[in-house]
Amino acid sequence: MFIHLRKTVSLALAAVFLVACGNKEESAVGGDAADSAELNVLLGSGASLTGNIAHLGKDHENGVRMAIEDINAAGWKIGGKTLKLSVMSEDDQGDPKQASLVAQKLVDAKVAGVIGHVTSGPTITASQAYNDAGIPQVSPSATNPKYTQQGFKGAFRVMANDIQQGAVLGAYATKQLGAKRIAIIDDRTAYGQGLADEVEKAAKAAGAEIVTREYTKNDATDFKAQLTSIKAKKPDAVFYGGMDAQAGPLAKQAKQLGLTVKLLAGDGGCTPAFMELAGDAAEGAYCSQTGLPLSDMPKGTDFATRFKEKVGQEVQIYAPYAYDAVFVLAEAMVRANSADPAVYLPEISRTSLDGVSGKIEFDHKGDLRNGAVTVYQIKGGKLQVLEVVGGDGPVAQATAAVQATADVAKEVGAATVKAVTDAASPAVAATK
Amino acid sequence: MSLHFEILLQQIINGLVLGSVYALVALGYTMVYGILKLINFAHGDVVMIGAMTSLTIANAITSLVPGLPGPLVLLIALAGAAPICAALGTMIERIAYRPLRNAPRLAPLITAIGVSMILQTSAMLIWGRNYYTFPEFISNQPIGFFGASITPVQIMIVVLAGALMYGLHLMIDRTRLGCAMRAVSENHAVARLMGVNVSGIISITFIIGSALACVAGLMVAANYNIVHYYMGFALGLKAFIAAVLGGIGNLKGAMLGGILLGLIESLGAGYIGTLTGGFLGSHYQDVFAFFVLIVVLVFRPAGLMGERVAERA
Repeated sequence: MFIHLRKTVSLALAAVFLVACGNKEESAVGGDAADSAELNVLLGSGASLTGNIAHLGKDHENGVRMAIEDINAAGWKIGGKTLKLSVMSEDDQGDPKQASLVAQKLVDAKVAGVIGHVTSGPTITASQAYNDAGIPQVSPSATNPKYTQQGFKGAFRVMANDIQQGAVLGAYATKQLGAKRIAIIDDRTAYGQGLADEVEKAAKAAGAEIVTREYTKNDATDFKAQLTSIKAKKPDAVFYGGMDAQAGPLAKQAKQLGLTVKLLAGDGGCTPAFMELAGDAAEGAYCSQTGLPLSDMPKGTDFATRFKEKVGQEVQIYAPYAYDAVFVLAEAMVRANSADPAVYLPEISRTSLDGVSGKIEFDHKGDLRNGAVTVYQIKGGKLQVLEVVGGDGPVAQATAAVQATADVAKEVGAATVKAVTDAASPAVAATK
Repeated sequence: MSLHFEILLQQIINGLVLGSVYALVALGYTMVYGILKLINFAHGDVVMIGAMTSLTIANAITSLVPGLPGPLVLLIALAGAAPICAALGTMIERIAYRPLRNAPRLAPLITAIGVSMILQTSAMLIWGRNYYTFPEFISNQPIGFFGASITPVQIMIVVLAGALMYGLHLMIDRTRLGCAMRAVSENHAVARLMGVNVSGIISITFIIGSALACVAGLMVAANYNIVHYYMGFALGLKAFIAAVLGGIGNLKGAMLGGILLGLIESLGAGYIGTLTGGFLGSHYQDVFAFFVLIVVLVFRPAGLMGERVAERA
């Protein structure tokens, strides 16, 4: 009886395989027939599809897939052939160690370009392998300055970096919010620590005192010990350098402990997930994004609607940037008339793209030129724009006060560039 | 001075609550280890499944019958989720551990890790990658306590961890089932000769262990108001350390180890910076905890309460 069953099962399986193979052959033949007209290009995507920040990695991947669908539908031509992009999506678990394996895998698969990774630690570790293989890498969301300071020709990012973000946050906390005593807590990742360092510099430069630096981890859920220490130092404001999954419970626990001071976070904590997790403790918190608000992005509203339709979820934060990153690569391929990394890589630095997130042009390091930083306050469960520094957003041009802060931010930024270069290496070494 | 006292008291409360969370999870770990000498690495993920299913059930109840009091919703959710966890526990035992009962001890350890991955991935497929808010069924609003603050959920966690430990201890010490468990823990073959249904006892152990995991999951979710498919991993690891610290296999040890670990982490993070004049910061929280673990294991390799073999669950 058992043997019988087994036989049947294996026969059925064999049949399935045969059918599957048949299909594959058929499609391969179909591809061959159309080969004269199609150029198949494989891109790589490295993101945290599992682990603590899997929701942000998926946001990234959805952005990439949407861009590829759009480009394929548009039928761009390279060397007379229609460009057909596909993606090899790999999971770095948000872990720098895993990211180097992912990078090797993508390099071995000979991808023509990489979109990724999500956080700075994985991005920086992976960038070495891509650089060695001459494969261009565009990160939609890694904000640590070190990423583009390694002198890699193929390393680009499509959002502002943490020198800009930290300068704006630090100056905002001190000047606009009037915080004189600031406590900082970070998650010891390249992103969290890097941003915290920048905020510290900017806040000090603007005349505030950093009363304490506390530390947690990017998989922690309990922050009461650190928050109690912070409470003892009586700060006016607390800055958290890390992701939303920690920022949410942290805000909640601060409230439980009676630490009712202004709470600030960077882009990693500026997501719908943060607001949901912190609940009413998020009310009144400040956070920044290294880009324009989605509603102020030139094609932001349209993107948000289409994203919701396709994916069935709200944009967390990085999807528009991931979308733009694909376009950066594809457009460079079209301009160079080749999908060969060696040929089209130099074209990337000449990018001038009107992306979803805004105008994308790179400076000589691969950083976004004129990147915007937006400061929000959470009011009624929504992100409300307080000010936009840099970028071409309408809000940025409207207010004079904004320009003033921008100048402060620029000064601070310029003053700290050198210091950052020195400080960045330990920051990266300490990643996880 | 009084501020110093308030801060110290708050840190002790923080540590006590965190430790009770660890202890809740560690109880299930240690019980299975006591009977089977198996480190059930999937335990943390059963905790996660417990939290996730409780949330799903609780949400279903609140949308079907709005206006029920929070604690009641939580109880119903627990009543629904505990059998699911128990069934899952038995299934894990059947599929991943029973076929390997006579295999070398490393083999079930590997399958345990495999089960843990399967549970995580399945949860990711079922509930997605998003973080969910666990509603405040029991108030999470702070109550003042000599200048420090504690929430009702946290008081419940501390009480529950103690009560469960004591209850389990009584069950293992006083009941026929407990007697059979102790017999199985000593020697499978001899227990069988004495008429003990070894497989049955092991199944019951897993049922109780998984139901405990479910309770732990629910309480952790109620405390932090956050659930995620990945939450079991870090929690399971910490609980495992707590169990080892207290002497794995010993119920009182799990409680002691949990609370000790919680206090060490909390006081370490709170005072290490002050004590070293800022030379070491709160990022040495874990280093400090592991240092204590190593010191304990050097002097007492079986953990703090590990030597009393007779008291093993």
